[in-house]
Amino acid sequence: MNEWSKAIGNFTAGTGTSGTYSGHRGLQIEEPLLFERDSEGRCGVDLPEPPKARNRLGAHARKGKIGLPGISEPEIVRHFTRLSQKNYAIDTGLYPLGSCTMKHNPRLNEKMARLPGFADIHPLQPVSTVQGALAVIDQLAHWLKVLTGMPAVAMSPAAGAHGELCGMMAIRAAHDAKGERRNKVLVAESAHGTNPATAAACGFTVEAVPANERGRVDLAAMKAQLGPDVAAVMLTNPNTCGLFETEIREIADAVHAAGAYFYCDGANFNAIVGRVRPADLGVDVMHINLHKTFSTPHGGGGPGAGPVVLAQSLAPFAPLPWVVHGKNGFEVLEKAEGAASQAFGRLKGFHGQMGMFVRALAYMMSHGADGLRQVASDAVLNANYILASLKDDMTAPFEGPCMHEALFDDRFLKDTGVTTLDIAKALIDEGFHPMTMYFPLVVRGALLIEPTETESKATLDRFIGVLKALAAEARDGKVEKFRAAPVLTPRRRLDETGAARQPVLRWTPAGEAERNAAE
Amino acid sequence: MRYLPLTEAERQEMLAVIGVPSVDALFRDVPKAAWRDAPFDLPPHQGELQVERALAKLAGQNVPAGSVPSFLGAGAYRHHVPATVDHMIQRGEFMTSYTPYQPEVTQGTLQYLFEFQTQVALITGMDVANASMYDGASATAEAVMMANRITRRTKAVISGGLHPHYRETTATHAHFAGFTVEQFAPNPSADEDLAAAIDDKTSCVVVQNPDFFGRVRDYSDLAAAAHAKGALLVVVVNEIVSLGAIVPPGEMGADIVAAEGQSIGNPLTFGGPHVGLFATREKYVRQMPGRLVGQTVDADGRRGWVLTLSTREQHIRREKATSNICTNSGLCALAFTIHMSLLGETGFTGLAALNHAHASLLADKLAAVPGVSVLNDGFFNEFTLALPKPAAEVVEALVAKDVLAGVPVSRLYPDRPELANLLLVAATETNTEADMDEFAAKLREVL
Repeated sequence: MNEWSKAIGNFTAGTGTSGTYSGHRGLQIEEPLLFERDSEGRCGVDLPEPPKARNRLGAHARKGKIGLPGISEPEIVRHFTRLSQKNYAIDTGLYPLGSCTMKHNPRLNEKMARLPGFADIHPLQPVSTVQGALAVIDQLAHWLKVLTGMPAVAMSPAAGAHGELCGMMAIRAAHDAKGERRNKVLVAESAHGTNPATAAACGFTVEAVPANERGRVDLAAMKAQLGPDVAAVMLTNPNTCGLFETEIREIADAVHAAGAYFYCDGANFNAIVGRVRPADLGVDVMHINLHKTFSTPHGGGGPGAGPVVLAQSLAPFAPLPWVVHGKNGFEVLEKAEGAASQAFGRLKGFHGQMGMFVRALAYMMSHGADGLRQVASDAVLNANYILASLKDDMTAPFEGPCMHEALFDDRFLKDTGVTTLDIAKALIDEGFHPMTMYFPLVVRGALLIEPTETESKATLDRFIGVLKALAAEARDGKVEKFRAAPVLTPRRRLDETGAARQPVLRWTPAGEAERNAAE
Repeated sequence: MRYLPLTEAERQEMLAVIGVPSVDALFRDVPKAAWRDAPFDLPPHQGELQVERALAKLAGQNVPAGSVPSFLGAGAYRHHVPATVDHMIQRGEFMTSYTPYQPEVTQGTLQYLFEFQTQVALITGMDVANASMYDGASATAEAVMMANRITRRTKAVISGGLHPHYRETTATHAHFAGFTVEQFAPNPSADEDLAAAIDDKTSCVVVQNPDFFGRVRDYSDLAAAAHAKGALLVVVVNEIVSLGAIVPPGEMGADIVAAEGQSIGNPLTFGGPHVGLFATREKYVRQMPGRLVGQTVDADGRRGWVLTLSTREQHIRREKATSNICTNSGLCALAFTIHMSLLGETGFTGLAALNHAHASLLADKLAAVPGVSVLNDGFFNEFTLALPKPAAEVVEALVAKDVLAGVPVSRLYPDRPELANLLLVAATETNTEADMDEFAAKLREVL
């Protein structure tokens, strides 16, 4: 068997599903791993000879080979282009993942972040040489503070979960400063998994707050759970059922009366940006995912950025570094002294995700105060349009209106033999990315659809039409079709159980030899 | 507004379908006291040209490292990124995709992450690597917490040669998560006896190689000493290019490697986003934080990739997860993968050789300046200079002469006067010999 067919495995070895000699299927091109090429004597860069200089490595010099393949530039370009074509993306279509806010990523943001004045500055250059970068941080901070009504913001967290960590550490530090030892955190049952994981990482014990029959936090239950041992309550608003917490101010009052802080997960800020300020809801601390509400790309899983807005009571504890106005322009406080003497520590190297800050600021400036308000309005309108259009074909567990995402459960699939997962996989064959599935946990077989404001009505209508048809097919008992889906993708359903049972997490020469022997 | 496709007529049609008179009616669950009818006190929308003009003006207020001779390192390094890298990562199919939860439509992301994991494992000499962390500092804190879980112990011994931001990040986690860190003082010249600090409560020893001051060391004996007492060795790498030239942590007996991968494929960008690398031994894989991509087969028996071992993760395990990490540095990891692919064996080792030669040449040129000495006898591409006066003043004086001279140790250790005259200097393939001569000449002028 030649290199090529080895690389694509038993695709050509027997199943014959391709029906072609090459193993490719039109635009679906099989691509081996980088390590499976005949790579001797090639390289994708041309480096000059090193100048003559004394070698100072001595016995520390690397001896054996590393095992990296050598590949030329055109082969690399083709390899990664082919890989890219196996991906679904916002650029290719609707990506209605609930709680993920997959909105259009403007290319202006990319262009701005790549200006040498932003991309090619070292984090430890003298501050006199990076005043423009510090101004970006300051301006973005200003936008975030005005949009949330909060007086302070910690800019360094690298992602939403990192922001949660920042917020919970600030809360712990604030209690410590008061000499209070509170060890428990109440987390809404419908919360993202990061919330309880974060609280645990800060040394808190976690207790779930149940949801009521309206999909909101059960206020009475929460009040009963509050006590002198509770440090904070964490919830998401709008919540992960896509609903606004109608009793949010009562919740905040109860939390504050118990001497605890109110952490709001800001993942769903897109629903209210420019219309409602979290400060007016009684929130003490909230992270903002710049990669959700403010359009920085998700990048296949990152990088993100998770600035954290803070009430006055928590502001002194914000982590280092702080960017402040000084006598000669902006200054950076990098030690817990002076104004920052109560800073709780540091969460990452340097100053935060500057590349994401530039993108988010470009987005905010483009939309302006008026545009951002329209963002929330259209996001909520689009979600409600989906909810209203599908409520008779699918089943919604809670009464509308919803906010920026529409939640369905699997009652409409009862007795059909078709599952939420099957619906999701069938959507893939129809050219749509699935919605979030089986989350939130408070409803059975959840299907959580977040269209965002950057989808046109025409796209939503096509999506709605497909879901109506699929729901009808499920009712008609076409189980086999659903079980088989997807069939039009580069790969069909993958064996996740097998992957976890005997993890193969990297390519190895031994693994390749084994595979060859098996063939 | 150019990012919003809905027309006013369509909005009205949609409201009619929903059965409400206005969008405001959809916000009826918001308490009236929190309604904001007046526009926020922020500027109105702007066209692309206007935004570009405003941001370009701010960018113009910075001095790009590439516009002057620049020798800064200390955890972020200016390397040449091949044009192919930035073009490929901007393909929308990569850039605007989400975490690959639906493997049938994200095989592209999953395959490059599998390739990334393999590359990281190869260069560090470890068995397995994850699909990336936020950065080197947060990866280091996660490595210590992982060692705590594996050993069921709660004390980390931290070398004085670990980057101060990594030390602070780890200490912050320690404070809140309830473990202790025994920190050795930063000391550029003396050896530290870390092995003597290992006791039966020690979960791990954390060292950096090359260390913050540029020293390259062999930690094999320390690994043996740690293992003899049931502790793990965590090796941190700031400058990942060094692994093209020096013995990798895996060959020294490291149990966990936490590293900063920015040097390969990623620009400086004022310190972020960068990309944390995280590698370990196969036997510890189920205690790893972060995403992992694994190989499997599809319903037709064809090889494919999925996110795996997710029972470690927050979305399944909630408060019992190994870490709260969710978003990582996917696109930066892609940049790393593409750059590393272009380099290959000869390119990666060649790049490392070039970096070392440039730094060695620069050290000789700077050591010839009266009053200046190089503290390290062995280093990779970064070393510590002892100056006859405070390094911060020298750096400021050189900025006025259009040279970014390096990082004064006092920037990161302001409270240690004994380190005030030390300057960290790095050289990479981007520095020309003319840059080095200019630096040496101007340093002579300001001393």
